[in-house]
Amino acid sequence: MKYGLLINEGPYQHQAVDSAYQFAKAAIAKGHEVFRVFFYHDGVNNATDFAVPPQDDRNITENWIKLAEENNIDMVVCIAAAQRRGLLDANEAERQGKRGDNIAPGYRISGLGQLVEAGIECDRLLTFGD
Amino acid sequence: MAMLHTVNKSPFERNTLDSCISMAKSGSSILLIEDGIFGALKGTSATDKVSSAMSNVTFYVLGPDLNARGMTEEQLIDGIKVVDYEGFVDLTAEHENVQAWL
Repeated sequence: MKYGLLINEGPYQHQAVDSAYQFAKAAIAKGHEVFRVFFYHDGVNNATDFAVPPQDDRNITENWIKLAEENNIDMVVCIAAAQRRGLLDANEAERQGKRGDNIAPGYRISGLGQLVEAGIECDRLLTFGD
Repeated sequence: MAMLHTVNKSPFERNTLDSCISMAKSGSSILLIEDGIFGALKGTSATDKVSSAMSNVTFYVLGPDLNARGMTEEQLIDGIKVVDYEGFVDLTAEHENVQAWL
């Protein structure tokens, strides 16, 4: 099966992103494909490059990067949701005249079309939110 | 068309379990995850509603979320099945689509 995951909540506040991560790992272990993870609403905060969680806690941003690299998952951050919340990639930071960028490598900024496409392309699209 | 519904909130916090039960078609399944696991417990004010819905709908509960909240299988309403994340994946594959009640 080809899976798409929609994550609507940020890290360390709601369980949504942790549930989605555990689901993705289990799906991959069973031989399924996770085609795309779409970060929407507060879920865009999972893509921050500037979080430094304690060493004995899970690093949600890094865990997704690792899982995506190993399994060729497309991780998309909604651009409108990200800009509202102060998450910019290098291109957007320059375009908006901001001093820095904070979207971690491995995540890419794009629009809702990517969520719609995941709905069309994937056999199942699962939503994780509050 | 069999649908898998996921409910992630306690019935004592939100009414999503109620909404889900009232909308779920006969033959579909409801998976209780996160705080939703509290809807699967015996002896609560939500127990009767879930028990009577079980004649039309199959209930599952996510084991890791159950245990993370200090609850055990012995506390579940009889007939509710416990799955792990692999079982969660299987349920999504076996059903034609998945609806999250948020």
